[in-house]
Amino acid sequence: MYDGWKIILGLIIFIGIAIFPFVYDVGKASIPPPEPKLDTPEIQKMAVKKCVESKSFMAAEHMVMLNDWRDSVVRDGNRIYIANDGKEYVMSLQNTCMKCHSNKTKFCDECHNYMAVTPYCWDCHIAPKEEKT
Amino acid sequence: MLETALKGSRRYWGWIFFLLGIIGVGFIAYLYQFRIGLGVTGMSRDVSWGLYIGQFTFLVGVAASGVMVVLPYYLHNYKAFGRMTVLGEFLAIAAVIMCMLFIFVDMGQPLRVLNVILHPTPNSVMFFDMLVLSIYLLLNILVGWTVLGAERKGIAAPSWVKPFIILSIAWAPSIHTVTAFLYSGLPGRHFWLTAIMAARFLASAFAGGPSLLILLALIVRKYTKFDAGTEAIQALGKIVTYFMITNVFFLGLEFFTAFYSKIPGHMEPFIYLYTGVEGYGKLVPVMWTSTILAVVALFLLIFPQFRKKENVLAVACVSTFLSLWIEKGFGLIVGGFVPNPFERVTEYWPTLPEALITLAVWATGFLVLTILYKVAVSIKEEAVFDKYGQRQIKP
Amino acid sequence: MSIDRREFLKIAGASTLLGIGGMSASAILKKNLLEASQVMPDAKGLTAKRWGMVVDISKFKTEDDYRVCVEACHLVHNVPNIGTTKEEVKWIWKETYEHAFPGNEDPYLSPEIKHMPFLVLCNHCDNPPCVRVCPTKATFKRESDGIVMMDMHRCIGCRFCMAACPYGARSFNYRDPRPFIDAATENLEFPTRMRGVVEKCTFCYERLAKGLIPACVEASQELARKTGREPGLIFGDLEDPNSEVRKILNERYSFRRRPELGTYPSVYYVLG
Repeated sequence: MYDGWKIILGLIIFIGIAIFPFVYDVGKASIPPPEPKLDTPEIQKMAVKKCVESKSFMAAEHMVMLNDWRDSVVRDGNRIYIANDGKEYVMSLQNTCMKCHSNKTKFCDECHNYMAVTPYCWDCHIAPKEEKT
Repeated sequence: MLETALKGSRRYWGWIFFLLGIIGVGFIAYLYQFRIGLGVTGMSRDVSWGLYIGQFTFLVGVAASGVMVVLPYYLHNYKAFGRMTVLGEFLAIAAVIMCMLFIFVDMGQPLRVLNVILHPTPNSVMFFDMLVLSIYLLLNILVGWTVLGAERKGIAAPSWVKPFIILSIAWAPSIHTVTAFLYSGLPGRHFWLTAIMAARFLASAFAGGPSLLILLALIVRKYTKFDAGTEAIQALGKIVTYFMITNVFFLGLEFFTAFYSKIPGHMEPFIYLYTGVEGYGKLVPVMWTSTILAVVALFLLIFPQFRKKENVLAVACVSTFLSLWIEKGFGLIVGGFVPNPFERVTEYWPTLPEALITLAVWATGFLVLTILYKVAVSIKEEAVFDKYGQRQIKP
Repeated sequence: MSIDRREFLKIAGASTLLGIGGMSASAILKKNLLEASQVMPDAKGLTAKRWGMVVDISKFKTEDDYRVCVEACHLVHNVPNIGTTKEEVKWIWKETYEHAFPGNEDPYLSPEIKHMPFLVLCNHCDNPPCVRVCPTKATFKRESDGIVMMDMHRCIGCRFCMAACPYGARSFNYRDPRPFIDAATENLEFPTRMRGVVEKCTFCYERLAKGLIPACVEASQELARKTGREPGLIFGDLEDPNSEVRKILNERYSFRRRPELGTYPSVYYVLG
């Protein structure tokens, strides 16, 4: 090969960097899957423990739903949401979602940290104050 | 063709690494600005645009000035510009890249820049500016690369390039007109609310851009075998002369309207810039430097016995470029914000991070320019004669 | 069939661009989750065809009269107290006559009027230059009631609106505002903003949606009740001939800031 040593050296460095994340974790215990906690005082008080929509829907679509809520409230002036089951909610992350899910660090952050996602909601929307346990 | 940029003398690589060093320092300064916010600059609630937008405004003019070479050559067959066109087009590419970088570093939320494309707003001049600048960049890359590639192969450029060249000729004044519209359509700022803002922008663009092009052509001739041509440089010199006269004339027109009408809103920004107001006068020495440089430039440009000597012409070009860089890249922007809508003065001066980031963007532009010119020169040095039988390289 | 390196790179590049372009296009064109039938405005909300405000300076007699309005607004909306002229953020504030109404150059103007404090805020113009220039429609005029809104989620921080506003009504977050907000008095029901976006008075659209009048107007009314005087801020529908604001405009001489610019401000000032 012309300039063969450069190519082989480059390949070794590349493969080293590419497999580093896997090699680093060999032998370590796997990170447990996220367990968002639903046991806030507000949720315990509810007679029927229901969210705005079903759990599967929320897990899959809450990001898109929040975006749509945002556009609806800020841009269109509509702040009441009629859920699939007919109940009405005020569309607000801070004042509706977080009223029940008042444990952001044990709920929202659980999955977000696991997925290494940092939604910028909390740069502006004030997270509920939690007691340090 | 890009591989020609990887072969160079020690001086070439020294220059490249020098530029990369400046870019590195500026990048770190930008990370600091990204973390803290634009508060690390000198901008304020009253002067909400500063050095970054000023440099962007000035550089759009430099980018548009490529048309001053392309138009005579392609539309009117002015053969002398044959070796200059590629230098002009590549300068336009580097200038537009600098413009876009300056916009990016000026934004408060740069990660949301795609919102301009996701939510197009035709009534916003800034949306149009982004559109026309992007298309101008693509046009220049397409035309410059294709023509150069054809020259390398020793054949004529393909005929489909011609309509794109004509388009770029029409596009160049439009990018600068749209940038002028950013300022001249705002009802609240009397310093900017003038119909001749676009004309002023074009005049200073066609004086400032070609003066930089002359300097670049002289540098290329000194350090490589490629010679853009004495006749081309002289013709550009005449263009710089007439447009610099026009630019100063237009500035005089603005002064007249302000000071003959004696409307306070029109006079105050000029008074602040050139004499200071209420004890605030940070920009006064800067603006007078620009004026003196303009006078020196005009003196050396108007008299042919000075203009014809290339080293004197070079001094005149440096003087022109610096004068316009201060006037359009700094004075024009700050003047629009002082005094503020409450007739109060908040002064502006760039901070160190701001200056470092600005330097880094300029260095990026020069890096792009160096690489593109290296490619062009390498190919033209092989070609020896251009399509009109005129010598491309020094004998 | 043999393919040279240039051809390969060209095909690879074009496929990548098409792939990314196609994915982006499908993401942009994807329909919203929400159907129109799933959302509606709050029935309690206050509506108008065009909200406007009258500032009756004759009713502002003491420092407190101005202060309660400014504080009410800034507290309810978590407006940070930066403390420097360079980076201050203000939605409504006090400005003397000679500065709020430049262009009235008059050496013989009585010093009392010259230094008379006025409350200034975003004028929610009917023909707003800031809306015209915004490249993302982050600031937009609400068709339903004429309020010039701010969508903090979309603002890219280009500050073109700040250059365009003839009234200096807009503030930019030059740094993270949270350290400058007093945690003791933070309003937990309204977000803060982040660094890099522009903000201004929004005629309390979030309170109007719940059936409440703007905070500054409410503060002015409360102070009036306590002191037995009349409120200095009157809020109402400019398009409703029977509203209180229209009555005042019919009966008394009113003026607006820089009307010659054709912005059609919705904030009127009366001197008594």
